[in-house]
Amino acid sequence: MKKSMVQRQVLAAAALLVGMGAALAQDATATGIAQYREMLQDGNPAELFEMKGEKLWTQNRGPKNATLEKCDFGKGPGVLKGAFVELPRYFADTGRVQDLESRLITCMETLQGYKAEDLYKAAANYGKGESANMVAITTYVVTASKGMDFALPQGNEKEKTMYEVGKRLFFARSGPHDFACSTCHGVDGQRIRLQELPNLTKNPGDGVGFAAWPAYRVSNGQLWTMQKRLNDCYRQQRFPEPKFGSDATIALAVYMGVNSKSAESIVPAIKR
Amino acid sequence: MKKFLKITSVSVAVLMLAACASSPSSADYDKITSQVTQGSFQAKGQASLERLQQDDANRLCSAADVAGQPLDDKTAQMIQAANLKTIKWPADGKFLGDWKNGEKLAQSGRGLTWSDKAESANGGNCYNCHQITKEEISYGTIGPSLYNYGKLRGVTDPNSPAARGVVEYTWVKLWNARAYSACSQMPRVGHNGILGEAEIKDVMALLLDPASPANK
Repeated sequence: MKKSMVQRQVLAAAALLVGMGAALAQDATATGIAQYREMLQDGNPAELFEMKGEKLWTQNRGPKNATLEKCDFGKGPGVLKGAFVELPRYFADTGRVQDLESRLITCMETLQGYKAEDLYKAAANYGKGESANMVAITTYVVTASKGMDFALPQGNEKEKTMYEVGKRLFFARSGPHDFACSTCHGVDGQRIRLQELPNLTKNPGDGVGFAAWPAYRVSNGQLWTMQKRLNDCYRQQRFPEPKFGSDATIALAVYMGVNSKSAESIVPAIKR
Repeated sequence: MKKFLKITSVSVAVLMLAACASSPSSADYDKITSQVTQGSFQAKGQASLERLQQDDANRLCSAADVAGQPLDDKTAQMIQAANLKTIKWPADGKFLGDWKNGEKLAQSGRGLTWSDKAESANGGNCYNCHQITKEEISYGTIGPSLYNYGKLRGVTDPNSPAARGVVEYTWVKLWNARAYSACSQMPRVGHNGILGEAEIKDVMALLLDPASPANK
């Protein structure tokens, strides 16, 4: 029901774009995309992922037949509000800086008795099998911080280290095209084709860049988490694949998250 | 996977301990970054782990970007000289091919990702970053506009001696842009084998042929 409404709105937005003259097309495209996003706000299919995640959160699952309700994302067991906008952060129990997605695996291991190794394997097959459940739970957890401002902690030495590592990875040029993250996201006001590119070396603004993920992507009907977003960035950079939850992905999230300090998270966002 | 992550975390911890006496230095962070990189990626499709290896140009330019300081002149010139040596001139002495195929190559952003088939043809990615013709309004702005590229440089006959300088300069830019600008963001299209000699000739024609829509 909701989906068919979304589809109609997409068609309307597309018609709106096609109808415009070529000379005005670029400015108009930006306006058109903004209108299209506004139209979609009422029926963001991310809500379906969130609802599924909420159900999984309180469901007895795994070898221990337990729920995730005591999972600690850094604000205490079971505290979800505000947790996402402070992640990735250092966790003393694992001795690691973790993002939401790797922390969820820790909880599924400790509370529900799953094998972390199996979950990492499942997560690599994005959106399928158990990964679909983890994406839904991630959506549920992030949505509890909707409208809050990013405030990643940097008090721990490992958090500082991850920021510095993330910065170095962000500027690391390599591969057959010599691309780095910074090739596209290093300065203000640039585009690839008509796609505007946020400058991720600083706070690009409320709901932009890091603050616009996770998001539902209309073009492929998937909910993309930050792990998936980074995976596809590296694909386009012509790099080898970053492993799910690897330190490189977490360091980059720390770098972008700290740079986005005080930016409002619009999770779950909706994208073309 | 879990084991691998643990190893990475341990090595990060060890390196951090080594650096613990004072606050870690920039060189310490470089070392940790290298460890993290080694533990974080896996080969997929045609995207091998060798792609993580940086040559001097990439290593030095990345470090300059991290520092927020441009390279000193001497280093920049060293990089440019090394990259200038990689230029391969067209074997038959002809620089221009078919602008129509050049336009197709300029439009395509395909090739060399882990999801592209290794044997499939690569695109030139040109419109992702550059304006080239008036007709194509969906162009990127990371690179400068190349609309009227040849015309603005006074190229009326690309085969004439008068055009030789511009033609050779453009060939170098396409083959290896780092030969003229040490830290250019432009992919080294010929040097890194993104396009072959024949395809680069076609893109040359798109930019320099007076009949090309880029010069209309």
